[in-house]
Amino acid sequence: MQELAQGLIHFSGTTLGLLRDVLPIIGVLIGFQLFILKRPIVNPARVVVGLLLVLFGLALFLEGLELALFPLGRMMAEQLTLPSFLFGAAGVPPGGVSWSDYLWVYAFAAAIGFATTVAEPALIAVAIKANQVSAGTITVNRLRVAVALGVALGVAMGAFRIVTGTPLHWYIISGYVVVIIQTAFAPRAIIPLAFDSGGVTTSTVTVPLVAALGLGLAETIPGRSALLEGFGLIAFASLFPMITVMAYAQLSQWRTRRARAAAEKLPDTD
Amino acid sequence: MKSILLQFLRSLRQSARDLLPIVLVIAFFQLLVLQQGVPQFGQILAGGLMVLMGLTLFVQGLQLALFPLGEELAYSFVRRGNIWLLLIFAFALGFGTTAAEPALIAIAAEASRIAAAADMIENTELAMDRYALGLRLVVALAVGFALLLGVIRILKGWPVQYLIIGGYLGVVVMTAFAPKEIIGIAYDSGGVTTSTVTVPLVAALGIGLASSIRGRDPLIDGFGLIAFASLTPMIFVMAYGMLI
Repeated sequence: MQELAQGLIHFSGTTLGLLRDVLPIIGVLIGFQLFILKRPIVNPARVVVGLLLVLFGLALFLEGLELALFPLGRMMAEQLTLPSFLFGAAGVPPGGVSWSDYLWVYAFAAAIGFATTVAEPALIAVAIKANQVSAGTITVNRLRVAVALGVALGVAMGAFRIVTGTPLHWYIISGYVVVIIQTAFAPRAIIPLAFDSGGVTTSTVTVPLVAALGLGLAETIPGRSALLEGFGLIAFASLFPMITVMAYAQLSQWRTRRARAAAEKLPDTD
Repeated sequence: MKSILLQFLRSLRQSARDLLPIVLVIAFFQLLVLQQGVPQFGQILAGGLMVLMGLTLFVQGLQLALFPLGEELAYSFVRRGNIWLLLIFAFALGFGTTAAEPALIAIAAEASRIAAAADMIENTELAMDRYALGLRLVVALAVGFALLLGVIRILKGWPVQYLIIGGYLGVVVMTAFAPKEIIGIAYDSGGVTTSTVTVPLVAALGIGLASSIRGRDPLIDGFGLIAFASLTPMIFVMAYGMLI
């Protein structure tokens, strides 16, 4: 009973904090609409209900993550990077660590990057919008899977970078080069969406877990500074989705072209 | 009433599918790789149900409130026809939502510790607080500028890639000159600026603008605001690191 009461108090705290963050944004929006543009809000009852749902839903979501996912995810990130898990009772081998000792860590990084991105509410929002304005040619789930694959690739590569201690900017710069080359060839309509999907991947669900993984790695590998190396994983997670989203569009364009070419060759067999 | 309930159940099922990968990944690594049980199973189950409920309600509210609000505002601006008002609004929205962003406050505090440890600033509480506040304002300024530029781009119909690629080249060049300690923070600050409430609003605003201006395509011109908002903070933060 006492636990429930404590939980409720904590939940109201989260809701109030969220209210403080969201209220100014909504205030600016509604203030401009009503007082500066002097336009009424269409269907105000619906908007009020919707805003309450957004607020209450987000509070529940964050509170649930705090209860279930974050403690477990952080603990797993710590345990997977522990020398006693990676090297057995002997601890870190005297010759130093090799990148291939950390295969489970890369696998975890990729899997958790993918899974948390699929559940990211901001990405769901952008995917719904993209589906609406593309008249259905971009499907909500395929776009999200493309973005999530990008995050998976990015976080795994970021973990590899921390293990090997190679400089961050070489990876990021080569990633940009790939993005620039793809931009020249990708279908024009996907480019703004691809660029946007880099920014939306990294919010509520992904960042805390990915940051915990980076910090865990940087702390347990000899010679890495948690302060310097712990940062930078998020940059990987926002770069690679651009590449995978453009690749997805290029792939579907290529397949349509091939199907069309096959259809042109095929007709009038007799 | 019945149709609302039915729709709610349908989106509950969709949310359950969205959350399934996380459950599978956690279960696989916890049970098979680390070979440990699940501690505090009741708490985790309760948290999981809250996440499921919360995601479902959020997505419903998104369609009811955030999308229509952002789009209607865009239509009203276009009807009013005052570009300056629109630009002021774009800057205020970007600056206002970012300055108070909790994730940014956390990163700025962390960054001030790094800067003090690297002797970039004095190792005192006061100097660190000032540095953190400065960093937050710089990032907020960057996002305000990004939305301003993004809206001008939608109005003019400029292709997004030249601006973005130009910006990335700027990032690459600045990386070579910025102090080493600031680079990781600068790269990460691009990712934390776009929160769960801001993204749907900004996306709806851009799409609303692009679909109510003649000759603009909502898919090609409407997206891109979020990309600007994650690019400019990198440039501004590296500039901040070079100046201090």
